[in-house]
Amino acid sequence: MSTDKQEREPLFSAKNRKLLTNPLNIDNPITVQVLGICSALAVTAKIKPAFVMALSVIVVTTFANLIISVMRNGIPPRIRIIVQLVVIASLVILVDQVLKAFVYDVSKQLSVFVGLIITNCIIMGRLEAFAMGNKPWPSILDGVGNGLGYGIILIIVGFVRELFGSGTIWGYHVIPEAFYDFGYKNNGFMILPPMALIIVGIIIWIQRSRNPELIEEN
Amino acid sequence: MYSNAYIFRYAGLMVILVAAILSSAAMLLKPMQERNEAVDKMQSILTAAGIENVNSDNAIELFNQYVTNMIVIDEKGNVIDEYKDAGKENSEAFKVNLKEQLYNKSVNRSFRLPLYVLDKDGETINIVPLRGVGLWGPVWGNIALKSDFNTIVGVTFGHKSETPGLGAEIETPVFEDQFPGKKLFNEKGDFVSIGVIKGGVENFPADVQRHNVDAISGGTITSNGVNDMIKNVLESYVPYIQKRG
Repeated sequence: MSTDKQEREPLFSAKNRKLLTNPLNIDNPITVQVLGICSALAVTAKIKPAFVMALSVIVVTTFANLIISVMRNGIPPRIRIIVQLVVIASLVILVDQVLKAFVYDVSKQLSVFVGLIITNCIIMGRLEAFAMGNKPWPSILDGVGNGLGYGIILIIVGFVRELFGSGTIWGYHVIPEAFYDFGYKNNGFMILPPMALIIVGIIIWIQRSRNPELIEEN
Repeated sequence: MYSNAYIFRYAGLMVILVAAILSSAAMLLKPMQERNEAVDKMQSILTAAGIENVNSDNAIELFNQYVTNMIVIDEKGNVIDEYKDAGKENSEAFKVNLKEQLYNKSVNRSFRLPLYVLDKDGETINIVPLRGVGLWGPVWGNIALKSDFNTIVGVTFGHKSETPGLGAEIETPVFEDQFPGKKLFNEKGDFVSIGVIKGGVENFPADVQRHNVDAISGGTITSNGVNDMIKNVLESYVPYIQKRG
């Protein structure tokens, strides 16, 4: 027992902290792992749905990681992908039902995209790459970290698109009326999905120019 | 290595467990979800009538304030049910399942359809709820008619899963604002419906302009769906409208 105690690392050891912070920057699921792009296009025309989507994904990655990690020694390898899918799909259905019951407006906007969480590769990617081989606590951290990393990008993209596309932030007008009087116009292009790709591209560009180790050698 | 028996047991147990969790969650949350749906329906009816600043908090109150009568009609134009008292969300008209009734209409030509009568600052507005199919799934809406049952006051549309930027544009003001002022009946008094057409309505003669709006570029199937939906639902009300005289 005493040796067991010595081996136990503190809850927020350097290694565990990395699990939480790496996905925010050098291991970001969207800009570095390039996962979950599809839903990032779909829900970022406004900040509010982007925020709710981010929150839902954090909840789902965290709990899916935890559940799979707890189950990992019992899951027969031959059906592990199906088991992972069942866990993700059930969590997503739960999130969907809760949104419908408590924030109906948001759920109406997200209805199509909530289903997309199931196919969001971040979640299954983390289950397969991390939770299947790690203990519950690091798995939770990994889930929260990757959910946050995804959410941050979503909110940045949502912020830019809503500000320039609709002139609002979180539904409130922030661009003064005077601007419009001088001929300023909301950029309708910002509302369309391709603009999200361009913004994500710009984020990737900035990130890699500040962090040369992320640049692949071809 | 796991045996096949273990795998089957594992999968079986997992499925039963998950089914139990999900169905109990669905049952627990159902009352709240239904309430939200009802409020949403009221919001959309009020918005179609041109009532401003409707949100989920004041929808019930405003609905009870503005809606004066809720009618259920049948295929011959007879009034089956009428409701004028308080607690309007419990009336027969509010509970009509449009999808079911429109299916009945297509199969055996009998149906029960709702009509909402609003009193907005002394002006009578009739609201007909719509439902049809778009490209990927159902589309729906509400159409508000003046007391002559001919002139459109306003419309709202909604959809489940039309393509964002294309078909989904039906729920934007750009599309919806084309409808007010259009007429359902021609000068001879025959039912024409409101069409959604290509080619720019302003390029057509006045008698076409009177009954048509512009379709959405790139959203042809959704636009056709809206066109068919309006025609299919509103023609069901023609016997009732003619009976009223």
